[in-house]
Amino acid sequence: MTSTISSDWQDIAERLGSANRLTAGWRDADRPAILRVHAGRYGPMPALPRRADWLIGAVTEAGLTGRGGAGFPTGRKLRAVAEQRGEPVVVANGMESEPASGKDKALLARAPHLVLDGVVLAAAAVGASTAHLCLPRGRNRLIADLRHAVGERAHAGIDPVAIEVHELPHGYVASSETAVVNWLNGGDAKPTATPPRPYQKGVGKRPTLISNVETFAHVALIARFGPGWFRRAGAGGATGSMLVTIAGAVRAPGVYEVEAGTQIGLALDRGGLHGQARSVLVGGYFGSWHEIGQVGTLPLASGPLKSVGAAPGAGVLYALPPDACGVAETARVLGWLAGESANQCGPCMFGLPAIADDFAQLASGRPRGNLYDRLHRRLDVVSGRGACAHPDGAVRLARSALSAFAADVRAHASGRLCGPARRGRGDGPALPLPPSFGGSGRDSWR
Amino acid sequence: MTRRLAVNPIACTGHGICASMLPELIGLDEWGYPIMPDHPVPDDLTPLARRTVRLCPTLALRLESADRR
Amino acid sequence: MTTAHVLWYLTRATGIVALILLTGTIVLGVIGTARAASPRWPRLLTAGLHRNLALTATGLVAVHVVTTVTDPFVSISLVAAFVPFASAYRPIWLSLGAVAFDLMLAVLITSLLRDRLSHRAWRAVHLLVYICWPVALWHGLGTGTDTKLIWVLAINLGCVIAVLAAVWWRLSLTGNEAVRLAGRLTLAVATLLTAIFVLVGPLQPGWSVRAGTPPALLGLGAALQVLT
Repeated sequence: MTSTISSDWQDIAERLGSANRLTAGWRDADRPAILRVHAGRYGPMPALPRRADWLIGAVTEAGLTGRGGAGFPTGRKLRAVAEQRGEPVVVANGMESEPASGKDKALLARAPHLVLDGVVLAAAAVGASTAHLCLPRGRNRLIADLRHAVGERAHAGIDPVAIEVHELPHGYVASSETAVVNWLNGGDAKPTATPPRPYQKGVGKRPTLISNVETFAHVALIARFGPGWFRRAGAGGATGSMLVTIAGAVRAPGVYEVEAGTQIGLALDRGGLHGQARSVLVGGYFGSWHEIGQVGTLPLASGPLKSVGAAPGAGVLYALPPDACGVAETARVLGWLAGESANQCGPCMFGLPAIADDFAQLASGRPRGNLYDRLHRRLDVVSGRGACAHPDGAVRLARSALSAFAADVRAHASGRLCGPARRGRGDGPALPLPPSFGGSGRDSWR
Repeated sequence: MTRRLAVNPIACTGHGICASMLPELIGLDEWGYPIMPDHPVPDDLTPLARRTVRLCPTLALRLESADRR
Repeated sequence: MTTAHVLWYLTRATGIVALILLTGTIVLGVIGTARAASPRWPRLLTAGLHRNLALTATGLVAVHVVTTVTDPFVSISLVAAFVPFASAYRPIWLSLGAVAFDLMLAVLITSLLRDRLSHRAWRAVHLLVYICWPVALWHGLGTGTDTKLIWVLAINLGCVIAVLAAVWWRLSLTGNEAVRLAGRLTLAVATLLTAIFVLVGPLQPGWSVRAGTPPALLGLGAALQVLT
């Protein structure tokens, strides 16, 4: 069921291209778009749907998938929540704990009302009357801006749904769906065991729609301009546009909006890829390393990427600088990921540090015992045995490094080390890593 | 009716009684935590599986019933 | 031998054996929390034996209660098996038995209904065995008419040593210094108090009187002892 868009939005829809939808007007301002500017840019807020009404169908037809990392079809999620018994709750996940990603912060900082529109529209579509926006503690400016935006809307009286803004612990696993729900329920921001999943029983034991803030922004656009318009952008089976964070060996690192399913190589070129960069990290620290030569022509979409064991993830494309050692960088990240464990499940609590230790041995060129067998056994045994996807992501990263940097791995294992490792890197480590959450013992999970 | 063994990884504290009771199906990783089989529990082992579930000190182990697909 | 005799013997026998089984249960429970195991003594043995000994001990205590209540010699009502200070016979020491019995029942019921309780609730009740056992021990020492017998003393001593050793060892495995110290201190103090109590109480002549045996039974009891 494609709703014809009203003339209010016809002109605006024409103006918004395929990669200028979320980021329209970002270049001209460095402050969040206030309500008036937002309305001028995207047109007025659409009429709110009733529960399980047209919006769910529109989002489904548009083919929107979650932009938080899991890529679950959003229309299906909306319908699942709307069909549960009881009044649902909506949660917008703006935690973005992935260190290599900056898209959610950028979106919230520049176009908060697009996100909030989406939250309110989705709430109406699933029949919720409460909504929460979760942000990481410590981002005081961002939190203040969002509280201000919510205040603007309250003042203008445009929302029947009140949105509460919350500050949560900023650990890596604290941004996972069940962790956010657990925190909203009064517990720690640690993942919980499923079943039940949030869409069945979440905040206050009610069906909970929890999605990434960028996903909600796209919902706001679909509600205005329709699924047909949304599908005008996209390739490789993916539809619409997406935000990506391009970083590493690129001239202009930052957040870009591209068509979903853009070729990875083209996206990297937009950031100005270094001529000698050979490897790229796709998705995030829970994603995978690949040779640019191998994935450059692949679309940044889940279907095509599955064949090489990759996924769009959080939209991170990090090009490894040619003078950096992929093995050492991965060892660093694995050590950090191990420290970010919530320490609730044995395989993660003990397995990740063990894997990180093996990789550290590899990086230093001093492997102990039969490293290959031990490491591969551990990778097989740790994946899939935690309550959340944290160990799975670390294992994926490790496995992909062994494959993408195979020649370097062999050199390191024999004690020779690869070229970059031997030469060292003047600028220090390449991949950004914040201080380990909970490492100091002073951070609270509550 | 297929039955599968599943463990709540948060409740599990690695006592290993399950692996001791049902070594045919449950193994232990190098840190003492149980590895569930990825195939269903055979009918002849189901009564033993039920006893094993009851003996878990933290009630982390469960036997799930799923209709054959 | 009269019915009264048989019941009296049963009461004493089930009491002593129950204490031994309860001691074994606690030792196995402690071994379980320490996750100790060997190829010839697997985890399932500790877990299964702990459960079976606990059930057997509880059953024996139930028999112990029945034989006590139906014993025509002393008038101890069924109420007194559950409610402290409900009997005229050695009120304090019998009440300890009632308390221990109540605690045992709480542990039994919560364990049987474990899948309906939160793990934390079940565990909180289960930890009460650390109160139940010493209370049962003192109950036996104070109420029991055999405490002076050398082999009964030996059994009691053996039980104390077993639990003492098990908990002392278990505490050595914890990294928490404060808990280890506090636990061992408690063990030492409790053992000392028990030793002092036994020396100035049941082992001294005239304990029957001081323990609160009704005067009407005093002479008869002595007579029975002479006869047997």
